[in-house]
Amino acid sequence: MPGKVASMHDAVAEIVRDGDTVAIEGFTHLIGFSAGHEIVRQRKRDLVLARMTPDVIYDQMIAGGVARKLIFSWLGNPGVGGLNAIRRRIEPAALAGERPLEIEEYSHFGMVARYTAGAANLPFMPLRSYFETDLPKANPLIRPIRSPFSDEVVYAVPPLRPDVSIIHAQRADASGNTQIWGLLGAQKEAAFAADRVIVVVEELVDESVVRADPNRTVIPGIIVDAVVVEPYGAHPSYVQGAYDRDNRFYLDWDPISRDEEKVQAWLREWVYGLPDRAAYVEKLGAERIASLRPGPAPSGSVDYGSYR
Amino acid sequence: MSDLGFTRSEMMIVAAARELAGQHVCFVGVGLPNIAVNLAQRTVAPGLEMVYEAGVFGARPARLPLSIGDPTIVTGATAVVSMWELFGYYLQRGLIDVGFLGAAQIDRFGNINTTVIGDYDAPKTRLPGSGGACEIAINAREVFVIMRQSARSFVREIDFRTSPGNLGGAEQSEAIRKAGGWNGRGPTVVVTDLGIWHFDETGEMRLDFLHPGATLDEVRATIAWEPKISAGLETTPPPTAEELRLVREELDPEGIYTK
Repeated sequence: MPGKVASMHDAVAEIVRDGDTVAIEGFTHLIGFSAGHEIVRQRKRDLVLARMTPDVIYDQMIAGGVARKLIFSWLGNPGVGGLNAIRRRIEPAALAGERPLEIEEYSHFGMVARYTAGAANLPFMPLRSYFETDLPKANPLIRPIRSPFSDEVVYAVPPLRPDVSIIHAQRADASGNTQIWGLLGAQKEAAFAADRVIVVVEELVDESVVRADPNRTVIPGIIVDAVVVEPYGAHPSYVQGAYDRDNRFYLDWDPISRDEEKVQAWLREWVYGLPDRAAYVEKLGAERIASLRPGPAPSGSVDYGSYR
Repeated sequence: MSDLGFTRSEMMIVAAARELAGQHVCFVGVGLPNIAVNLAQRTVAPGLEMVYEAGVFGARPARLPLSIGDPTIVTGATAVVSMWELFGYYLQRGLIDVGFLGAAQIDRFGNINTTVIGDYDAPKTRLPGSGGACEIAINAREVFVIMRQSARSFVREIDFRTSPGNLGGAEQSEAIRKAGGWNGRGPTVVVTDLGIWHFDETGEMRLDFLHPGATLDEVRATIAWEPKISAGLETTPPPTAEELRLVREELDPEGIYTK
């Protein structure tokens, strides 16, 4: 296979290093579960994990012992409840003397602004938020700043520059030119902000497919280090047009996540005990996968025109 | 189910949806706001532009979104944008009329905590945190809140101020909001499982409607301060058959929000 195409094993082994700041972005949509599982499988350590919504994937990764710190803005199992494995590593009553997980907390706008500053190579990003709240007290990196052009005071957040950003997408070519449709979250910003980028896609396409619809390209190959092709790699989250969120999984995770032994047993069965995503998909079963297939709703096409 | 023919959660959701009559652009928060706003779009506010922080303007969800990032909010929407654009160009620019939020704790002035119960550095309970709520509370023109009443949630002092309400009272809030260039004037309504609260001239919550079957004793037992009760207290009109059908058959057939 030409270009940057790599196996998930090799991409994670070569690109993710112990101690790195890693951002697996994708807001509810396109969450990189298969990449997260590979990081657990390879027993990476002391990572700083960044993500607006840590979601079930970071609950699993943090339970897998890969992280020393979490940077986030909304800590929950969306539509279900809490992230209990993470909570057990934050709430003193559950810690039993263990060292707590370090946290650094923002609002969504603050996290998006951090990635944007990182992507655009700026020293900070101003925003109209945080006024009269306790967030700047909880996180001293959220600081008030006076406008150089008026007396207005806004808050500023520092750039977030992950060592590695991992983005799941519908499709890319072998050079890493990546196209996404549906919710875009802050994937573009997280990718441009990062030193190294892994793109995981449902489908590898020819360069001509990308060039036929350049408005849909979110991440250009010039910032991509590896392209991993892994269908259903975002399960149990979803991929617009390809498969729906597996809500049963999110509901089932709640009772599992409340019991540390059950969490570890789940990781043994579904992560450590499997070689890769293909094995996970096979274990999940064709019927479960088929049940997640949405009906069709194709976009109209546009004519870019030919100019010779 | 009470002998009234509807549950308190159903009454709360229906009452919250009705508050959106006449509103144009609503930012939909996590949890109960999601079902209330979707009901409003099917009843009192058919032209309502639903905005989801995940990056959607003008959502037309065919099913109740499982979360605020469900694929059904994308298909058929007016626009899908990055979260930078959503928070910057739509919210911070001042296009949002109503921000509809839930809360874990609220005080008499409508200040909201969704971050921790107990001390921040050593929390008794770690809650989800802000998400977009902090900037919604500051930049949406007004804020609606939907939450169940309990003495643990309607407290004298919230443990952490995640999202500002009327701060220490209306006078202070108006001065700070004006001086700071906030888009929003703060919370205007809190809908609970027992009634509907608006904010009086001092910026404090006042009970204006009591839901059918609820009592003032219950209201007082589920609130940590001596609440203001309107002299003209009214009874909330019960849900119509159509409102109940939409909630039970279309929006929440599994009873996730209404149990």
